[in-house]
Amino acid sequence: MGHDTQVQAKSKKQYEYDRHHNAVHMRKQVINFAIMIFLTFLAFAVVVADFSAYFIKPVILLLAGVQVVLQLYSFMHMDDKKASHMGVISTFVWFGAVIAFTMFLTFLTIIWW
Amino acid sequence: MSSAAVTNKKGFGATLWDYLTTVDHKKLGVMYLFAGTLFFAIAGFEALLMRLQLMIPNNDFVSAGTFNELLTMHGTTMLFLAATPLLFGFMNAIVPLQIGARDVAFPFLNSLGFWLFFLGALFLHLSFFLGGAPDAGWTNYASLALYSPGHGIDFYVLGLQISGAGTLISGINFIVTIITMRAPGMTFMRMPLFTWTSLISSALILFAFPPLTVGLFLMLVDRMFEANFFDHTMGGNTIIWEHLFWIFGHPEVYILVLPAFGLFSEIIPVFARKRLFGYSSMVFATILIGFLGFMVWAHHMFTTGLGATANAIFAVATMAIAVPTGMKVFNWIMTIWGGSVKVTVPMLYALGFIPSFVAGGVTGVMQAAAPLDYQLHDSYFIVAHFHYVIVGGIVTAIFGSMHFYWPIMFNRALSEKLGVWTFWIFFIGFHCTFFIQHFLGLMGMPRRVFTFQADQGWDLFNFISSIGAILMAIGVILLVINIIITAKSKPLNCRDYWGDGRSLEWAIKTPVPFYNFKQTPLVRGYDPYWLEKHEGNKEGMIYAEPLGDIHMPNNSILPLVMSIGTFVAAFGALYHPDGKAWAIPVLILGLAITVGAMIVRSVKDDLGFHVHVEEVIATEEHLYGKGGNK
Repeated sequence: MGHDTQVQAKSKKQYEYDRHHNAVHMRKQVINFAIMIFLTFLAFAVVVADFSAYFIKPVILLLAGVQVVLQLYSFMHMDDKKASHMGVISTFVWFGAVIAFTMFLTFLTIIWW
Repeated sequence: MSSAAVTNKKGFGATLWDYLTTVDHKKLGVMYLFAGTLFFAIAGFEALLMRLQLMIPNNDFVSAGTFNELLTMHGTTMLFLAATPLLFGFMNAIVPLQIGARDVAFPFLNSLGFWLFFLGALFLHLSFFLGGAPDAGWTNYASLALYSPGHGIDFYVLGLQISGAGTLISGINFIVTIITMRAPGMTFMRMPLFTWTSLISSALILFAFPPLTVGLFLMLVDRMFEANFFDHTMGGNTIIWEHLFWIFGHPEVYILVLPAFGLFSEIIPVFARKRLFGYSSMVFATILIGFLGFMVWAHHMFTTGLGATANAIFAVATMAIAVPTGMKVFNWIMTIWGGSVKVTVPMLYALGFIPSFVAGGVTGVMQAAAPLDYQLHDSYFIVAHFHYVIVGGIVTAIFGSMHFYWPIMFNRALSEKLGVWTFWIFFIGFHCTFFIQHFLGLMGMPRRVFTFQADQGWDLFNFISSIGAILMAIGVILLVINIIITAKSKPLNCRDYWGDGRSLEWAIKTPVPFYNFKQTPLVRGYDPYWLEKHEGNKEGMIYAEPLGDIHMPNNSILPLVMSIGTFVAAFGALYHPDGKAWAIPVLILGLAITVGAMIVRSVKDDLGFHVHVEEVIATEEHLYGKGGNK
């Protein structure tokens, strides 16, 4: 059983590869963060601009949906294909989302007062 | 503990302490099995009382109120506290062995799940002695439940909340176990069908129990703090409970029946002595049933007036489930077809299961047709249908698997002779009880009535049905006698009791040591044990690692303490609306016990212990004699 922790010194090549990888990753994070801020700004903007409610509601919901996906894939690392069991995790997340959406649809359509 | 495994005899106190603190999946499996059997017997007894009441018209054996309590507790106990733990018992005992794991992913949570279930169940059953059991049916529809006097419904809500938390914890545990703890080479498409169905059923638990929790919580605040979620006179809506309940309740049926399918998919190939026909289509069908199971809940509510469109959608979705289920049935038949069939007791149950379950499925499709459902709704036809599915599908699976897996779980074999008697008496009793109820339903007898008037053409059929119930009771008593006799029989100390085992659990010699595999096995294909046997491997498996120290979890009393905390807190919550002065302190005390135990668990590092190579060798020699597991 491999319970001993092995410590390995990084080679120069490995170090440079990691450095480059981290830089790319950081750039992606910052870009996504900027997109998030922009989307949030848009959401506030359509409200402040006082458009028709029939325009504001779907647009805000759409933006929210986009943000959720962005959050999941970039900040919560679901885009990290190499992480273990990512396929299983995606399946569970999206299956849960589909079920939750069905309930949401139900409560809006076939429950009446 | 490591040293305890080698010592043989222990005093009663030490054994009790061992079971109270155990985190071993095999012991928890046994505990689930016995707790489940206990509640199965209680709920079966309730059913028997109901059938005795309905044996003759205008009977006054039990009162109307008692009858309501009996029917509610029968349904609730059978589904939540008998079928679920019995299947969890097999999942605990067998799944880690099938995938080549030493234990489940979270042994501590496994124990917590059991104790929450058990104390929740105990709490629910205390209602009989503390002013009346719940009496609004197992579905507990809000329009009835909100106005039920006494504490019955509060017991239902709090008891199920606690035991539901246990089930949810166990479900998550099994998902993680099956995904992450498989032995090298045990790919998803090499997993035995029981492991697959356990995985899908655990996933259904994960998604289905939260709606129930929400529903129960809303019911709790409605009853105790006069919120009005379900009270239409105050702007609430009673239909919301029905939706929340059935969004949970329909997947719950599949949570129970999928592991039953899995168990039969294990039994049938072993006794047909053929590879399971259509393995990949079986897996696909399981996943599809799991998915569709979430899309059909409103077929329980066709008559609430959802409207033609919603009814049509849910009717078609419901009928679609017949397709993957049909695939499974044909695959089982094709597995038996041309096999060299050995008709043992487990195989008898499997052979009895197929036609019974198909009958239940066919009546299910009948009810899926919304217009016909208006006729059948709330009649005995429904009662007959779901008993065909649950008794014909799940109970036969549990009884059959008891015989099938007893050698692995207890190192003893249940008597075949008594088993055959049990099967026939139970099977005939079952059809006698429920087949005729279809016709009672079509003749207009409503379900959940405590008595009926004579000369409506129902007298004879009800009498026959009650005779069948007595036969079923005799069958169950025979099974219990069989278990008691077997406890006294000689240990088997063998591998592959049935001689035709295929998956990994049969490769281990019984009694299974507490660490399961002395070396993690290497899986080279589907049906790994069969594969190794055919290549002449006497040990039944090849290993993925050399013999080394084994890391095992420590036992802990904390899960029991945590569960007792919630149990105490539930009493506080229950009596609070009565204005009892001690209610709030008791509630706080209970929660303090639970949170305190959680803090202890978090602060104190528990890294488990290592079983050293010498101890492993000593254990093996102690269990199997010189040379160990060879």
